[in-house]
Amino acid sequence: MPKTQKKYQIKIPSQADNLVLIRDLVSRVAAQVGFDNDEASKIELAVDEACTNVIRHAYGNNSNEVIDVLIKIDAKKLTIIVSDKGKGFEPDHVAVPDLGESIRSGKKGGLGICLIKTLMDKVDFEIKPGLKNQVKMTKYLS
Amino acid sequence: MEGFEVTKNENGGVAILNVKGYLDAHTAPALESAFQELVDEKKFRIVVNFTELSYISSAGLGVFMGFIEDIRKNGGDIKLSSMKPKIFRVFDLLGFPTLYDILDEESAAIEKFAKL
Repeated sequence: MPKTQKKYQIKIPSQADNLVLIRDLVSRVAAQVGFDNDEASKIELAVDEACTNVIRHAYGNNSNEVIDVLIKIDAKKLTIIVSDKGKGFEPDHVAVPDLGESIRSGKKGGLGICLIKTLMDKVDFEIKPGLKNQVKMTKYLS
Repeated sequence: MEGFEVTKNENGGVAILNVKGYLDAHTAPALESAFQELVDEKKFRIVVNFTELSYISSAGLGVFMGFIEDIRKNGGDIKLSSMKPKIFRVFDLLGFPTLYDILDEESAAIEKFAKL
């Protein structure tokens, strides 16, 4: 296991207007460790999607709750862990959305998890509703 | 709204929504309101010009999914134009090009309505 060289952590109120701050931090760290603009923007979007899920679904837009974003850097990869203590979900039950069907049924969401899995190299979920739900996203430096 | 702006104009009977800045879960309601106003005015031929949009998440894409069915039932459509590659990639990853017209230029999007 490579030794973690650096860690950044923010605990921020679960409000959608904080997404811009989270994205700003994540994209700056990604650029700093050597990801190009294209890869940094993928990481930024994946983290936005994970935090948006926390704000909307885990905490049901309750801005008194807190999102925990932990960024770990080592020589080969960037790992971002988004944690909450809200309502969990069954990651295995989140299907790849059928866009046509979603539109016909008037469903607007369900795209976030699909995007996270597409944008990052490795994604792990640890779901313990009310205790700790965690999305761990990894991107390897090439 | 901070970080996002939507302005409206009209060209040959087509409503144009120009989006600028960051379209995420925080700013998506502003775009929803703009679409709702057009629907209330029975303006169902809509082009969204993305020239000045620098960021979009799935919360932004959800707005287009939420209105398209209603608008098409009324004989209209939402056509999308002028996306930066970074923006197009998000639409593409989720399969939008098979269900929405995405054009390089606003003028081409407007012309598509003329051919209907």
